[in-house]
Amino acid sequence: MPSHLEFARSFQTALGSDHLPLGAQAGDPTEIAQRFNVYRNNVAYGLSRALARQFPAVERLVGTDCFAGVAQIFIEHHPPRSPNLTDWGVEFPEFLASLETLSTLPYLRDVARIEWARSRAYHACDAKPSSSERLKSLAQHHSICLHASVQVLNLATPAGSIWASQQPGGPAPPAPENWLPETVLIARRGVASMITELIPPEIACFLQQILARQTLATACAKAGPDFDLTEALVLLIRNDLITDINDGRMK
Amino acid sequence: MLPAKTGLGFKPEHFPAIIETQPDLGFFEVHAENYMNAGGMPHAMLERLRENYAISVHGVGLSIGGPDPLDEPHLTRLKALCDRYQPESFSEHLAWASHGGTWMHDLLPLPYTAETLDIVCDHIDRLQEVLGRKILLENPATYLTFAQSDIPETVFLAQIAQRTGCGLLLDVNNVFVSCVNHRSDPRAYLDAFAMHAVGEIHLAGHDSEELPSGPLLIDSHGKAVSEPVWALFGEIVSKFGPIPSLVEWDNDVPDFATLFAEAHRAAQRLEDTRHALAS
Repeated sequence: MPSHLEFARSFQTALGSDHLPLGAQAGDPTEIAQRFNVYRNNVAYGLSRALARQFPAVERLVGTDCFAGVAQIFIEHHPPRSPNLTDWGVEFPEFLASLETLSTLPYLRDVARIEWARSRAYHACDAKPSSSERLKSLAQHHSICLHASVQVLNLATPAGSIWASQQPGGPAPPAPENWLPETVLIARRGVASMITELIPPEIACFLQQILARQTLATACAKAGPDFDLTEALVLLIRNDLITDINDGRMK
Repeated sequence: MLPAKTGLGFKPEHFPAIIETQPDLGFFEVHAENYMNAGGMPHAMLERLRENYAISVHGVGLSIGGPDPLDEPHLTRLKALCDRYQPESFSEHLAWASHGGTWMHDLLPLPYTAETLDIVCDHIDRLQEVLGRKILLENPATYLTFAQSDIPETVFLAQIAQRTGCGLLLDVNNVFVSCVNHRSDPRAYLDAFAMHAVGEIHLAGHDSEELPSGPLLIDSHGKAVSEPVWALFGEIVSKFGPIPSLVEWDNDVPDFATLFAEAHRAAQRLEDTRHALAS
């Protein structure tokens, strides 16, 4: 009799091959393979749909059938390691970029990066925004704590605009002759309101400095002469993304 | 303990309707693995539900029936979830879903042997130790059996309950699906089931395919509860009295009114039983 470990190994192998698990039986032995297919289909379909939930715009861009095929290869190379499936898929953007057959869609990797970041933001820790009293005390030597959902992506492609074009009622995607690199802010306002917003590169640079816990003065200097601090602070305050202010020393 | 009323599996798309109508339900059940992250809408909704309803946390991720040791980080997350929401019930499955660090995202079947009985009991002991509470273990829907199995499923579950002190979650749809698939009698299965240990009942819909030997039912959770499953449910509650009973509908989810109508049908059954017992 096989040990349980031998059985489980054989079952797992059978899911991805023509084999059958050790000891599998049915009243009519000719039906064993068809019955086992229920498990094969459940595993393949369940994981493919879980990946599609993380990357819905990628699925819309390539089509359902193509996505299912891509997902199958991705699952073979990068299966989930945890039952917390929202932690699965960090490798998907680079994996998409590595696929020769998708090289005609050079923005796909960046769209996937946006969707991964949105998933992080959606589940990020809750935090109350700083009070207006506290915000009034903001000075050049302070650093700012941003909401845990805040992420800034520098994209070589217009993936922010293309992502937006895939949303219900979204604008038309830019024509290829107008393609430019984009910088995108991804965050969450409160518990529910997702932010995916194109921002000027100098604000992106400023936010990256703030995320690295630099002082306002340093972040402004790094952001360059075109940077508008008021515009950046309005963006953050309007979206409740400043959660604390500290005196500039690293905590 | 859950109240001996009907509950529904919580679907986020139903949240506005639930808050607006405050339906008369005994409890909501949530899948533990949908609440493993730090914040955002999932927790905001669950906190709001918790204010008005008893909560059952139903895990699908622990792979209790697998040969590997339990995933300790996942146990820690489950403990944190139970500490945060203090659910009236925590349940898991007699199944496995991961091996060698790979998560397969399905409830896979296991042979029933002395070895697997020891493994499952050890895993439940560990789970109950971490959570500091008794859990309920659900009977599976299966499509195959295994030559190495030498313990009937009902005996296997009864022995787990006896050895670990855990309760059982009787999924009546799973009983029907498995018995049809293995050409056995669901009433004989239920007669052999350790009903004294049952803390909750599950009801759900299934799909059907045709095999040369007859139907193969698939536990799809994608439609209304079937009439034969309602009949079995009626027989169980008229014999054993009201039991917390959940309607699950996880795929092709209908609007809340449709789902609530299913729960209402189950509630009628429980009420009929209460009246019959009282008279």
